[in-house]
Amino acid sequence: MLQLTKLAFRDLGRNRRRSFFSALALGLGVALLLLMASILAGEIRQALKTTILLESGHLQVQSANYEESKTSLKWADLIDNPDRVAAQIAGLAPVVEATPRLIASGILSIGDQTAGVRVMGIVPSAAANAPFRDGLQSGAWLQAGDREGIVVGQSLADKLGVASGDQIQLLVNTSDGTVDQQVFTIRGIFSTHTPGFDDRTIFMPLAKAQAITATENHASLIFVLLQNRDQADAVASALQGPGYKSVTWEKANAMMLEIESFAGAYMAILYLIVLGVTASVIVNTLVMAVFERTREIGILSSLGMKSRQIMAMFFAESGFIALGGVIIGLVVGGLLVFYATNTGFYIGNMGITGILMGERIYGYLTVRDSVMLVVAAFGVSLLAGLYPAVIAARMEPVEALRDAQ
Amino acid sequence: MDVVKVENVTRVYQVGEVETQALRGVDLTIENGEFTALVGPSGSGKTTLLQIIGCLDLPTTGKVVIADKDVSHLNRDQRADMRRGTIGFVFQFFALIPTLSAYENVEMPLLLNGHAPSDRKERVMHLLESVDLGDRARHRPDQLSGGEQQRVAVARALVTHPTLVLADEPTANLDTANGEQVMEIMTRLNQDTGVTFVFATHDPRVIKFARRIVTLEDGRVVENAVGEAKV
Repeated sequence: MLQLTKLAFRDLGRNRRRSFFSALALGLGVALLLLMASILAGEIRQALKTTILLESGHLQVQSANYEESKTSLKWADLIDNPDRVAAQIAGLAPVVEATPRLIASGILSIGDQTAGVRVMGIVPSAAANAPFRDGLQSGAWLQAGDREGIVVGQSLADKLGVASGDQIQLLVNTSDGTVDQQVFTIRGIFSTHTPGFDDRTIFMPLAKAQAITATENHASLIFVLLQNRDQADAVASALQGPGYKSVTWEKANAMMLEIESFAGAYMAILYLIVLGVTASVIVNTLVMAVFERTREIGILSSLGMKSRQIMAMFFAESGFIALGGVIIGLVVGGLLVFYATNTGFYIGNMGITGILMGERIYGYLTVRDSVMLVVAAFGVSLLAGLYPAVIAARMEPVEALRDAQ
Repeated sequence: MDVVKVENVTRVYQVGEVETQALRGVDLTIENGEFTALVGPSGSGKTTLLQIIGCLDLPTTGKVVIADKDVSHLNRDQRADMRRGTIGFVFQFFALIPTLSAYENVEMPLLLNGHAPSDRKERVMHLLESVDLGDRARHRPDQLSGGEQQRVAVARALVTHPTLVLADEPTANLDTANGEQVMEIMTRLNQDTGVTFVFATHDPRVIKFARRIVTLEDGRVVENAVGEAKV
């Protein structure tokens, strides 16, 4: 077997360029797939993390009647005395933070510029609002008692051409179905580096939001962060009570989780396509090698080499190509994934409705994905060696020798 | 003792709708230690007969017995076993594996037979020295002359201590001096080891070494003459 392996290795060396390009084709395929797998996993992971952090939390407690899509402001649809409810929720062991939020829709206008916005009334000092507070690009953060200040997302500010300190008019829906309006001062501009969020969200203190929407001492939801997202179902069960409903991060991000499971199938199809193409390169290389070495197959056969040994020799060749390709793929793919993980690729505002995507996408590659890909690449390459190996093994020695002469 | 016994062997090749009868009822017996030449014009069936005796091919009809074993109906792997243990080959073209050194080429049949490393080394070096190539063991075929390559092939054919060595036009691609040298070596090895040699040739340089000459024409044995070698 050792001699067969040595023979196979040396045979690959006869046409180094062809062998190298075959391995390179596989290597580039593996590298591309590693990068794609990491980007896909990274993007889904990041989008989920961002959505949980900015919008859904690990859990939301809402009034049983609340319909998020309608941004209802009717008192019956809201949580009464939200501070008390939030404090009760915060008393549960797994809960890190529970803070009320009031959400209304409105229109910002300045000069001839207008933009539809989501007005979010928040407790400015709440730790759950740190991503906005820490993402302040200019100006100052909100104070709880501020009655005239708002904070605007960076991309929204860019769209309207406003800066910190500017005055801007806000029209907002109220609980009785009418609209109210007021001129606010832009205290600051924040960025979460998530254009889909920043270009439609403004913050104001909860008390002011309740005042302008006529939802006195009510909130749309209690935003809850847990120590671990896996605790969401258990906490949701513990919070069950009349008049309330709990929406876990899984329920809130059902579409994204569906996309995640779909992504697995998508990657599997992509694996098949890319590895199928590289396998055809390997088949071509080895078939050429078989026909070029017809005489040698005849000689080895005349020396008493059995069909299975001839097959094993060509399998060893495809194994060497696979090994070389996988090594190239791991090196090139590793560098690409390293770059994607640490620097990422700028995509700007490419958000999909319902999914918050950052302006940069980052790679995230799991050991499981890497191992699966390497095993698949190796397996497909070995399978690619099957056809040429069978051709070689089926050659009758007398015919191989005659053809060679 | 008969090493080769061929009884009423025919071989028909079918190419498309055309049938070619290469052998038309050949009977032949070769005894142990003989140095036999199969001669005849091109297309007479020499190579076909040699391939059937060498278990590279099967007869269409008839019986072939090699070293007391009927090989007429063996399957592919059984024929490979037979070749590996009993038969050595020397081909017209210098049939060496180009990626292996002279040593490794000669060693290959022993590897296929599962010989121990120490035994392999001893046998390979002994045979390479027998064909005056002891100092060229590490050279690859492209670093050897045609004559040297054919001597390596002779060493490889004998390294398993076969019962029978078959050589198909062994001097056809060699100049006179190298051809003579290869034949002298084979004659010496035949005498020293008692291995049976059968050649397919129409080269007078080979024929003069033979102690038996079997002449084929149109797939039939037309003369089977035993005598003294002329050298």
